[in-house]
Amino acid sequence: MYKIAKENLASLFALINETKELYLPVEVAGQTNFAAYTAEANVDLDTLKTVKSPKDVFFPQSENLYTCNKEDNKLKITPEKLVDAPFVVFGMKACDIKGIEVLDRVFLSDPVDSFYAARRANGIIVGLACHEPEESCFCKVFGVDCTEPAADVATWMIEGELYWKALTEKGEALTESVKALLTETCESKVEAEKSAVKAIVEKLPYSNLSLEGWNGNVLTEKFNDALWNELYKPCLACGTCTFVCPTCQCYDIKDYNTGNGVQRYRCWDSCMYSDFTMMAHGNNRNSQMQRFRQRFMHKLVYFPANNDGMYSCVGCGRCVDKCPASLNIVKVIKAFSEKGDK
Amino acid sequence: MSNHEHQHGEHECTCFPGFKHDTLIPMVGIITDIREETPDVKTFRVNAPEGGKLFEHMPGQCAMLCVPGVSEGMFSITSSPTNKEYQEFSIKRCGMLTEMLHSLEVGSEITVRGPYGNNFPVDTVLKGKDLVFIAGGIGLAPLRSVINYVIDNRADYGKVDIIYGSRSADDLVQLKEIQEVWMNTPGINVHLTIDREQEGWNGHVGFVPTFVKELGESSQVEFGINTISLICGPPIMIKFVLGALGDMGVSKTQIYTTLELRMKCGVGKCGRCNIGSKYVCKDGPVFRFDEVDELPPEF
Repeated sequence: MYKIAKENLASLFALINETKELYLPVEVAGQTNFAAYTAEANVDLDTLKTVKSPKDVFFPQSENLYTCNKEDNKLKITPEKLVDAPFVVFGMKACDIKGIEVLDRVFLSDPVDSFYAARRANGIIVGLACHEPEESCFCKVFGVDCTEPAADVATWMIEGELYWKALTEKGEALTESVKALLTETCESKVEAEKSAVKAIVEKLPYSNLSLEGWNGNVLTEKFNDALWNELYKPCLACGTCTFVCPTCQCYDIKDYNTGNGVQRYRCWDSCMYSDFTMMAHGNNRNSQMQRFRQRFMHKLVYFPANNDGMYSCVGCGRCVDKCPASLNIVKVIKAFSEKGDK
Repeated sequence: MSNHEHQHGEHECTCFPGFKHDTLIPMVGIITDIREETPDVKTFRVNAPEGGKLFEHMPGQCAMLCVPGVSEGMFSITSSPTNKEYQEFSIKRCGMLTEMLHSLEVGSEITVRGPYGNNFPVDTVLKGKDLVFIAGGIGLAPLRSVINYVIDNRADYGKVDIIYGSRSADDLVQLKEIQEVWMNTPGINVHLTIDREQEGWNGHVGFVPTFVKELGESSQVEFGINTISLICGPPIMIKFVLGALGDMGVSKTQIYTTLELRMKCGVGKCGRCNIGSKYVCKDGPVFRFDEVDELPPEF
């Protein structure tokens, strides 16, 4: 275990950035999101949750796949270069790291998505334990321990000092490369911090949300439940929940005509949008109720059925904070539990 | 042969060092023949630019065809894998992409990626069985791949009946092949129907489901315990054919179909064709009907 004073973090970031691209929470116009480090960046490690999850470091909101050019009526395909240089993501929270574990199930399963896999292979994650979990947090429900980020390096911010512990080989190597700025220390303060934060987690309003009734062979029963007809009603179909979510992975593939060729790119999409499943011959989910139901059924029933029971929600609470109609997965889970109690 | 090896074959390699082929990167295909089947269906023959097939596939599998800058869509491969020279796609003009495809000429290049999805179990369940193919309109396209596979491996299968219907005689796809090949193959019976009376048509008139029932009840087509039915057509046709087969005591475990939903990636990741815990592009498009029954009714 090592530590570094908060005021020396700028030097740490600069040192890492000498050899590697570095992504970390940066405040721009009052909003904090993960962005590339620059000497002028307004690094913000105090905001608990970035507005968007950091999933776009590995699965960008928009990325080119290839370029297609036409010369003498012949098509030529030039695939986009894969990421091949190591980079560091600093300050990811335990829930968002678990979100990457969920995305791994999608993108690293056969056939492997090489664009994502290249970023995963080259990415070094420095996790930052939560110090003050908020009321909208419910990571505990999905088995996440916010005091133990399962990253390459885990860090804890305690009384103006960042405690640093490598957990993997990649983490050891990174630690070695910045050792000049770190001092060795014992774990006692970190243990005390963990206990204190866990006590806060226990008191959070959603920490005891029950997932009872969502596991096992419940697909038909949950799908046909009349509750969906009521629950979806305030949904505006804006898709905000899917864009801030660390596990939503639906994407679109599109072409952009550059004037001297076509750029094939993919970008995040949302199952909440009416044209998501639209075909020339019709739409198989043509009501907002069906689309709303799809999102939650996928997270709580379909995804676990294919992934050893792993839910596609990590309890980060961004949908709780950001939905303009105050709809979220907590409301859905609660509505079903309350119905069960009656 | 993987797509990437293919690109390295006779064409300039466009890759950077360390390039690893991704399934989202297509191959270039060239249209080498176009047949006008009906007023709104054309069959496109596709080859690799240097000749030969772009890839090997199994009956029922699909591929993503794209007119760069316009759009990309999933189409079933209508040719049989026993055809060693090219792949064919029968495409109905019904939207933006298909409109564009229909405007292409022989020699035009498109991009192709695939094959995607599972296939009809031609080498397992279907072997030794009597087969009944039931198709409506453009629904013949995916079944044609199986039919020609069966014809080319005739000894492996029992009796074959093909029940095919369209709106009119002009809308019957692959009519030339049906009349010249299928009708002249021993052990294959073809039963054609059109929806409404038409001058010059001496064959059966009526909807496919009713025709299936008539043929079954008069024992012209036998739906026995050794029979497997393969259905593809408009959802309304499938619904009523299922009803007719059910009435004749055919179990859903003896019926296969192929589903169609919006797709973008083709490999179960983009989320579009997800129904229940299945992805039609990856777990389908071929499903046995008792499996379809287990899916939420969203197709």
